[in-house]
Formats: sequence, structure tokens, C-alpha cells
Amino acid sequence: MLNSSLQQLGSALRAKKISSVELTQLYLDRIASLNPALNAYITTNASTSLAQARAADALLAGSKAQPLTGIPIAQKDIFCAKGWRTTCGSKMLENFIAPYDAHVIAQFNNAGAVNLGKTNMDEFAMGSSNETSYFGAVKNPWDRNAVPGGSSGGAACAVAARLCAAATGTDTGGSIRQPAALCGISGIKPTYGTVSRYGMIAFASSLDQAGPMARSAEDLALLLNVMTGFDARDSTSLPRDKEDYARDLNKPLAGLRIGLPKEFFAEGLAQDVAGCVNAAIAEYIKLGASIVDISLPNSKLAVPVYYVLAPAEASSNLSRYDGVRYGYRAPEYSDLTEMYEKSRAQGFGAEVKRRIMIGTYVLSHGYYDAYYLQAQKIRRLIAQDFDYAFKQCDVIMGPTSPSTAFNLGEKGDDPVQMYLSDIYTIAVNLAGLPGMSIPAGFGSNGRPVGLQIIGDYFAEAKMLNVAHKYQLATDWHTRQPNGI
Amino acid sequence: MLLAKADVQKVARLARLAMNETEIESARSQLSGIFDLIAEMQAVDTQGIVPMSHAQDVSQRLREDVVTETNQRELFQSIAPQVESGLYLVPQVIE
Repeated sequence: MLNSSLQQLGSALRAKKISSVELTQLYLDRIASLNPALNAYITTNASTSLAQARAADALLAGSKAQPLTGIPIAQKDIFCAKGWRTTCGSKMLENFIAPYDAHVIAQFNNAGAVNLGKTNMDEFAMGSSNETSYFGAVKNPWDRNAVPGGSSGGAACAVAARLCAAATGTDTGGSIRQPAALCGISGIKPTYGTVSRYGMIAFASSLDQAGPMARSAEDLALLLNVMTGFDARDSTSLPRDKEDYARDLNKPLAGLRIGLPKEFFAEGLAQDVAGCVNAAIAEYIKLGASIVDISLPNSKLAVPVYYVLAPAEASSNLSRYDGVRYGYRAPEYSDLTEMYEKSRAQGFGAEVKRRIMIGTYVLSHGYYDAYYLQAQKIRRLIAQDFDYAFKQCDVIMGPTSPSTAFNLGEKGDDPVQMYLSDIYTIAVNLAGLPGMSIPAGFGSNGRPVGLQIIGDYFAEAKMLNVAHKYQLATDWHTRQPNGI
Repeated sequence: MLLAKADVQKVARLARLAMNETEIESARSQLSGIFDLIAEMQAVDTQGIVPMSHAQDVSQRLREDVVTETNQRELFQSIAPQVESGLYLVPQVIE
């Protein structure tokens, strides 16, 4: 049951081979036994989950069941879910009970899925290792000395350790793809504007995008079908017709042109990761694809541009945490300003404060043109590189992350080193393109390696097809960690 | 680029973040490292390039000016740090 696809689980539920209550209880029991060591979940609420499962069983007994009805999904703790504690990995929101549902949560509820719990994450999604979570770091299930990646590290860990059937994540600079790579699972960040940001706690609004994390591309397609769709409550949501992301899964890959950006295979890429990525590309050639050498000349600027834009937007978004309407308030203060300053100083962790400081600086008087505007201009250059590349190829491939999972604590003191672990993922967010990561083997230390697939705007169905055919030909995505 | 201590203090004040001397010094050295990274983009010639804020170049949607939200004051105030008689309490701001 734990290794069944979502399609198989749905069939088993509809055929009454298992009930949603039984399936939910199975996962809750696994969480109870494994989560103390892995720390993938911040909050579970068995009675609420089981009540949802009973409601799903009622739907399954009738004729109203949908593909995900009764399936337990882990929700990243960045999504407001009514009545659920929603912390965003921060002390600031330690006791915040969301008064409403995020669009993503409502979509899963409408589909009859079960909310299994809220997964751990870097504080306000700012981090690449999950070590900035106020609730402690998540452990990588493949090696508990290793980070799971971030910021959706709890989600990646939960999927890899079979602590949920599938999970949600969000990706601002790589936060779905990098942890998916480091934990050996599949994840996709769709085109910016495809999934509503309503009720998804904001980090950098022009980059934030939610997406699914699961064990296979086939599962991702079913999840995307539920998560996507226009929502008027998100001003950047794109009005588009509903599409079936599973429609092209089985199309043959003959004639597929894969672009390999030389910048993604240059200095800084670990040998073992390069070996796995090259082997995956060789597999694609066997499947009928051809290779096109491409260049993304401005991609080296993605990290500096990102570390202007994302903190700038974050400093603005996080100004709402003032200790007045919700969230943490300092116990002692003498006046209003001190109340703000102490509540924010005590409620936010070091990395969040660092980014608020960077953002405040680059947006402050006299610096706007030199930093924010310049970054927005280079952002267009980066997007134009991709436009040009997609005239020559159908998808772009490369590594998701420059190395396999690093050790807990290894990069803790050096923010710049940490930021560079997203060097291959950030440009995709800046351009607003869809990107995904799928398992492609293991590094010399036995830790997973991810293959990144980047598509043109709205090419998710094509990317899932490309990933699915690889997963039919290989078995990396079916491997599971020992001891779980 | 090493930021001046006064700059860091000013930014902390603008960001409403209380910081002691040690935190100011540590922020100063870490932010300086990050600004060295950011400096790479300053040399790029971007003359004539239009800044990009949204990948799809969409414009702001407008909607009818009608009430779409219902009043949920009690629910919203149930998660506030300090309320009284339906009001959010903060330290006195007017003498």
C-alpha cells in the first residue's frame, strides 16, 4: 500500500479494498513511530484527519468520488488551513490558528483528499536545508546526518519516508526541486500564476509558486490537476482553461530535443552528480531524444539578482508581522515602537532577519535604482536567455543541485555558501518557468541525485511526459531509504 | 563591501528589528558578504532593458466595486495577542 501510486490507491479506495480511515490511520501510525526521529511534520491532528477520512469514505460509498478522494496528503505548513495551526516554520506564528483555507487547501478539500498534517519547512520558506525552522531541522531519511534540503524539506522527507501518499510544497528559488532532489523524490514547480497563492503565506510574491511533491511524475500529474486553476483572489493568477496534466504521460519521446546549458555543467558541479545526470541523458537518447548544446549566458547572475529581489519582496511582505492582529507579541515593551521592534526581533529567526535587513537596505532611499531596478532588468535578460533556448529545444535538462545532500550544520555559518546550493534552480523562478526534479541515481555517499527538467511556459504536461517515460525505463524513483 | 555600522543600525531601525551591539556587528559582516555576492550584477549593462515584474506581462485585473468579504471580527480577534471589547490593544500612542 505504501508504494502504490495515487492511481492505484484511488482504485483500491473506490473498490473498497481499503477505506480512507484505514489508510489515514496507517499513515498516522507511521508518523507516530517515525516522525520523532525525522521531524518531517510540525503539526498533526488525528481527529480532524480521521473525520475528513470518514467523510471521504461516505463519498466513496456513493458515486461522488474523484481521483484523490480519500487519499492522505501532507500539506506544507505555509498553507493556511482553517482550524489548523499554521506556523510557516516560525516562532512568529507558533500559535497561529488559520481562520480560513488557502486556495490549495480548499482545492484538496473539494477533491475529497485528507489533510494528514502540516510539514516542517525553513522559516518563512527562507532556507535550503530546513535548518532555519523554529521547530528544528528535518532529517534526510536516506542519511540522518544529512539535510533534506529546503525549504519544503518536511514534505520531501515525508514523501521519501512514506509518511504520506503525496505532499504539497512551494518554490521561490528551488524550494520544491532542491529538497525533492536531496530526498530522492519527484517534484514540480509549475509556471508562475498557475496555482493560486491565496492563503499561501507570502515570502517573495513575484516568485512564490506552489506545486506537488510525490514519488512519481504520474502522481504529480494527478495532484496538479487538483491544485491548478484560476482564482480571482490572487491578483497574479492566470485565467486559463482547466487542463488534464496526465493527458500526454505516455507519448513517445522520439524526436524530443533536450537542451543542455553549458553553464549547468561547469565548475562547481560535483563529479558524482554530473555522472548521474549524464547517465540520465544517455537514457533519454536511448528513448529517442536528441541533444542540443545551449547557453544561458546570464544564468550566473541569477543568484545575485535573486538575493536582491526576494529579500526586497520579503521585507515588504513580512512587515505585516507587527504583534498586533495575530502572531507573536513580546512580553515586555514600553511603547509602540519598542513593541514592534521587540516582537519582530524575538519572533523571527536569524535568517529571516538577515533577509529583511537586505531587503530593507536595497529598497531604502537612494539605493532602489542601483539594486531593485537593476535586478528587475537582469531578470528580463535571464528570461530572454530561456526564450532563445526554447527556440532550439523542447526541454532543458541539468542537475537540480550542485551536490548531493550536505551534512546538517555544514553550511550553517555561511549564508553565501547556502545560497549557492540553489544555483541551478533560481533562474527558473526569475523567468517564471515551470521546473521539476526527478530521481536520477545516487552520489558516491549513497545520497540521492536529482535531474532537473525545465520546460517552456505552460509545458507542464510535456515535462511530466518526459519524466514519466524515464520513470518507466528506470527504477530510481521506486528506491526507498533503509529503516523506514 | 563592508557596510558601516551606522548603516546597519539605520536599516534595523527601518525594519523595526531590535538589535544589540553583538547582533549589529554580526549582521554587518554577514550582510557585507551577501552584498559582495550581489555586487556581481552591478557591472551588467542594462541600458534600454525594461524591468520585469511578472513573467507573463499581465496587467492588473479589476473587479466590480462590491462587498465580497463578510464580517468575521470575532474569529479574527480570537487569534490576536491582546483585544478588549472588540478592539486590538496596543500601547498608548497619543498623550
